[in-house]
Amino acid sequence: MRATTVVVGAGHAGLAVSHYLAACSIDHVLIERGEVANSWRTERWDSLTLLTPNWQARVPGLAYDGDDPDGFMDVSEVVSFIERYARLVGPSLETHTNVESVRQNGAGYQVVTDRGVWHAPTVVLATGACNIPKVPAFAADLPGSIASCTPMDYSNPSALPNGGVLVVGASASGVQIAEEVHASGRPVTLAVGEHVRMPRTYRGKDILWWMDRTGLHDERYDEVDDIKRARRVPAPQLVGKPERTTLDLNALTEQGVRLVGRFAGIADGKAQFSGSLRNKCALADLKLGRLLDTIDEWIDDEGLDGEVEPACRFPPTRVEDSPPLTLDFAEHGIRTAIWATGFEADHSWLDLPVLDHKGRLRHDGGVVSESPGLYRIGLNFLRRRKSSFIHGAADDARDLVGHLAAAIGAPGPGKGGSA
Amino acid sequence: MTSTSEKPAVNGVNVEALLGARIALGDTPEAGKFTWRATNEWLHGTHSRSSVAGYFGLGEEHEHKATFGFESDHPLVFAAEDNAATPVEIVLVGLASCLTAGVAAVAQNRDIQLRSVKATVEGDMDIQGILGVDADIRNGFSDIRVTYDIDADASPNDIEALVAQSQKRSAVFDILTNPTNVTVQVS
Repeated sequence: MRATTVVVGAGHAGLAVSHYLAACSIDHVLIERGEVANSWRTERWDSLTLLTPNWQARVPGLAYDGDDPDGFMDVSEVVSFIERYARLVGPSLETHTNVESVRQNGAGYQVVTDRGVWHAPTVVLATGACNIPKVPAFAADLPGSIASCTPMDYSNPSALPNGGVLVVGASASGVQIAEEVHASGRPVTLAVGEHVRMPRTYRGKDILWWMDRTGLHDERYDEVDDIKRARRVPAPQLVGKPERTTLDLNALTEQGVRLVGRFAGIADGKAQFSGSLRNKCALADLKLGRLLDTIDEWIDDEGLDGEVEPACRFPPTRVEDSPPLTLDFAEHGIRTAIWATGFEADHSWLDLPVLDHKGRLRHDGGVVSESPGLYRIGLNFLRRRKSSFIHGAADDARDLVGHLAAAIGAPGPGKGGSA
Repeated sequence: MTSTSEKPAVNGVNVEALLGARIALGDTPEAGKFTWRATNEWLHGTHSRSSVAGYFGLGEEHEHKATFGFESDHPLVFAAEDNAATPVEIVLVGLASCLTAGVAAVAQNRDIQLRSVKATVEGDMDIQGILGVDADIRNGFSDIRVTYDIDADASPNDIEALVAQSQKRSAVFDILTNPTNVTVQVS
């Protein structure tokens, strides 16, 4: 089987790539291991909502047109949105087809699937940023009586044993799961490492609205000081609820969640926590202050001061005087550990010399320079700060398809075409 | 980061070399593996002398410009001779030295001119732990507090950020706040 471009993955990013490939009349096929929007159908917990507001759900050729622009989609609504997009783009689509490897084949690639081999001079990987939950090696030392899961196999609190829960990690997944598990009557201890604190709204607008308007979301990968570090920044402590509530550590403390330091190890059946909690919180508070300074300066520069709510600052994160450094699972009635310790993209199936010593794909803004014709979309800060958001796919897809078209001598997608 | 002076900050830290090393290590992670060493010899009572001469790193052995010596003893209230600082005080010295080095390096990287950086370190300890009086009390510090007094061309927020970033990048801060496997054997 042959195509000019094989796109691996039919989520919003793969479909956005398809949109631009079609605009360039480049024949292509999308290969999807499940159905369209597969990870949304199979790897999300029950209550999950997008942390981006509905108005931000825009992909090239389609934008949210419902009656609740400030609301947040739940998982079934995200699936419907991406399905609708798939019908609109209408690509040649091979579902329930698992790509087993990608190999060099002369000047092009062999994409080996469990339903045949595709030959293509160009391949775009649109397989998502969150394929494998990152769980520390010492998770193996958890006492046998402790149940454990990751956000990928967590469904809802009632599926957990009764009793205390240790949630490890205080990024978006960790704080969201901590809140609902604690509310279910299972007391939560939250282990907090590096995190990004954000209020849901600031000066009367959604914080992500400000990040859009001020251009922060458009900041490019080749413009930031340290792109490696920028790509590691975890997802902000945001939750998408109709009430637009802030879910920072102070909010969780008020609800009765206990904060401890980063989960550092297990010895003698006890969890050990880092003594760095105060500094992790100070770092996040300072970083939030700088974000709000940037927004305030922008408002000032634009002369919008009178038109929006006045500037404010949020109280520092409260940390108890001596947060516990160890925790005896049995003594504290902890029955479950939830590893909300991040995810990584899986590129192990690429039979190409393009991975670094930690198995990460080496790329320049999604262009895999060492393997001409190979592209990646949909990683954290791939080309822009917004790259991993749904609305981040449009600009990245247009850029990458532009590069791809030039490489094969086809006309590019131009500037238009986005919703 | 903001700097009120027009001239680039001069704090005496070669940041370009450090940033260069970080880029180089991205390609050759093996070179980043260091082994630090010290030797220690008992003198008399609780008095001992340590020396630091060389270390391994960047794939080879290195020697310091000189062999550095450190003495340690215990205080009079421990019925010792107080010939030198107590080992736990040397740990506090290590923490402060590491954090201050970090403050200077981060300030240089952020183009902040430092004028003075002073730290006071306190570590609380209940000696019922080391004396074996109460098994529920640990031997080590129950709490460590470091207070910085910094005069620099920067806003209070930027100075707070310097100190926070220095902790984030500090080896000794990590050593004190996270567990480490320690093996002690007799040769």
